[in-house]
Amino acid sequence: MNFTFTQDQLDFQDAIASMLRSEVTADTVRSRWATTAGVDERFLSQVHELGLNSMLVPEALGGLGLGVTDFILLAEACGEVALPEPVVESVMVSTPLLVDILDQGLGNADIQKVVDGVLAGDLRVSLGHAINPCINYADSADWFLVSEGDGIYLVPKEAISLKARKSVDPSRRLFSVSFDPRDHVRVADGDVGARLQRSTLNRGALANAAQLVGLSRGMLDQSVRYTTDREQFGRAIGANQAVKHLLADVAVQVEYAKPVVYRAAYTVGVSPNRADFAVSHAKSAAARAALMASRHCTQVHGAMGYTWECDLQIWTKRAWALAREWGDEGFHNNRIHEWLLRKDALLGPEFTFGRGSITDLEKAG
Amino acid sequence: MDLVYTPAQQTFRAEARKWLTAHVPSERLPSFDTAEGFEAHRQWERTLAKGNWGMVTWPTEFGGRGCNLIEWLIFEEEYYRAGAPLRVNQNGIFLLGPTLMEYGTPEQKARFIPAMASGDEIWAQGWSEPNAGSDMAAIRCRADRDGDEFVINGQKIWSTRAVYADWVFGLFRTDPDSSRHHGLSKLLVPLNSEGITVRPIEQLNGLPGFAEIFFDDVRVPAFNLLGGEGEGWRIAMATAGFERGLMLRSPARFQQACKRLVQLYRENGSDVINPQIESAVVRCYMDAEAYALSTYQTASKLCSGGTIGAEASCNKIFWSEMDLLIHETAMDLLGARAEIEPQTAAEFAELGVWLDGFMFAQSGPIYAGTNEIQRNIIAERMLGMPRK
Repeated sequence: MNFTFTQDQLDFQDAIASMLRSEVTADTVRSRWATTAGVDERFLSQVHELGLNSMLVPEALGGLGLGVTDFILLAEACGEVALPEPVVESVMVSTPLLVDILDQGLGNADIQKVVDGVLAGDLRVSLGHAINPCINYADSADWFLVSEGDGIYLVPKEAISLKARKSVDPSRRLFSVSFDPRDHVRVADGDVGARLQRSTLNRGALANAAQLVGLSRGMLDQSVRYTTDREQFGRAIGANQAVKHLLADVAVQVEYAKPVVYRAAYTVGVSPNRADFAVSHAKSAAARAALMASRHCTQVHGAMGYTWECDLQIWTKRAWALAREWGDEGFHNNRIHEWLLRKDALLGPEFTFGRGSITDLEKAG
Repeated sequence: MDLVYTPAQQTFRAEARKWLTAHVPSERLPSFDTAEGFEAHRQWERTLAKGNWGMVTWPTEFGGRGCNLIEWLIFEEEYYRAGAPLRVNQNGIFLLGPTLMEYGTPEQKARFIPAMASGDEIWAQGWSEPNAGSDMAAIRCRADRDGDEFVINGQKIWSTRAVYADWVFGLFRTDPDSSRHHGLSKLLVPLNSEGITVRPIEQLNGLPGFAEIFFDDVRVPAFNLLGGEGEGWRIAMATAGFERGLMLRSPARFQQACKRLVQLYRENGSDVINPQIESAVVRCYMDAEAYALSTYQTASKLCSGGTIGAEASCNKIFWSEMDLLIHETAMDLLGARAEIEPQTAAEFAELGVWLDGFMFAQSGPIYAGTNEIQRNIIAERMLGMPRK
């Protein structure tokens, strides 16, 4: 039992986080807003050179063969700078789905080509899931993984029609899509398709949960700076308890969302049976923290917090969106509710880490 | 990251479970805030000590098992799973014990720890004074050096367990010319000393869970000074760190309460659609899990040589507000029956356990540093916001 990250994992997070802090600033995010594609190509090639795209791909398929716990801190770091490009979604959600399809011998001739293209950094894949009404960054994708019913379809961009939908968050580029669900583009169906959709939902929710933790920290940092600099009544507004307590409340929520997110990252890798519960908890806790952060941090910025000029909006709007994408709090709380009412639910202090670890004990006792 | 127990940890859990199953009293003990209940709980401490389960993290020479914090968590999980009595010795084993281990001389450890472990000496806390509550550095109760003794004069208040306890530990002003957090020392005082008057204070439940202590020329040997003279504040902060940080409220307590809450919900409410209660039950369960996960994370960090940082101040707010929500939700599930005081063991199991817990939960955001003070600490020390 060891609930810590390795020094290597922490060092890698440090390295990526400092790269992100220098490359992804409020100014460069606003520059992206001003472009048509909303993507910084130079930044994306940097991400590719760092090997992020292939991190979670098994070595046998040409990847680095690392696990979700190796990436989760990086996902958090992407959230902390409010990175607009869907790097986390690509690494944690769409690429693993491609790998699952390939691994299980599903799909058609295109699938190998697409996986190779993603690993080479030549191709981008966007993901559609029934739980989300739109697809983010669909206009810069070469291929689409989309679901309909229990089916999952791998569709080239030529066979997809896109309709742009503007998000409240200028860092998001939403499109509603339509396509013809023909047999030849279907890569999974029935129980297999439903299972893949469910694991994809869990990965998506976890990806957002990690980013929401990062976003919350980003908002807290800015608010601490602002309330330290801004003076009223002859002193920093941050010296007032009413202001302190708003931010302390956020800190508490973030502090208790983190281990839940890390446990979920561990669980999706080793115990798919408990993944629904672990992920829903992570998403719900992280969303709660981030939504509280958005509200309290806007409040401590005063009127500035309600301006376009104030950079805080880059984080708050992203938090509003990511908190609800891949299932909102209600959806995830309902999954936990169902789990709690199951006859075979493992409730009680001895089951924090599930049954697996104490099977022998139960046989004995 | 490896969230699986080792075979040795599983064996330890099995051993704890076996012993607890054989020894936990089948009937609930009376409250330890009654004379009868206090002695019954003292007996339970003796039983624990005989089995070397009194404080598993202590070295074997002090009656412990030399366990690390992960094993402590496992023991606590089994302890609450078994429905074992609350620890009347909590002030001693969780608060003073670790401080003695760190700052005590070998002679002090030999004098105090075995008696604490055996339940022969139960400890009360003596921090607050009428004019030093949240502002603990305003302590005025004096302990003047007189040769090989200290002479104590003044008053302590809100001293938990002081009505029936044997000893009190606390902070006293040993330098009469000092102010604030300077010149304070940590002293260990027998409550049967000449010159001590203990005046019980009835708590919200009508029982004397804490007391005022009046000191009138009370003499204690200089041997009872823990750490250096004038070092009291620093040592107290270490104690407060243990208290807030890890051991005061083990997660198992809340996980067990949530397990009971879910059972209550299944029996009383899950078939009636009440989204408010549904969402509260889910929230309680999530928060209890989160608290457990966070504690495992901290324990793992400490086991691999790390330290507890300012983020530990978040703990107390989190668990005390969770405890309130758990019990408020149970009261909501019980509805108008919630107010009924139990008269039988069966009624206690159904109603009283929640009413008791609900009442006790009211104190959580207040004791061990109010949650408002904790929020200040988080803002200033963890987030770095300006003090003035």
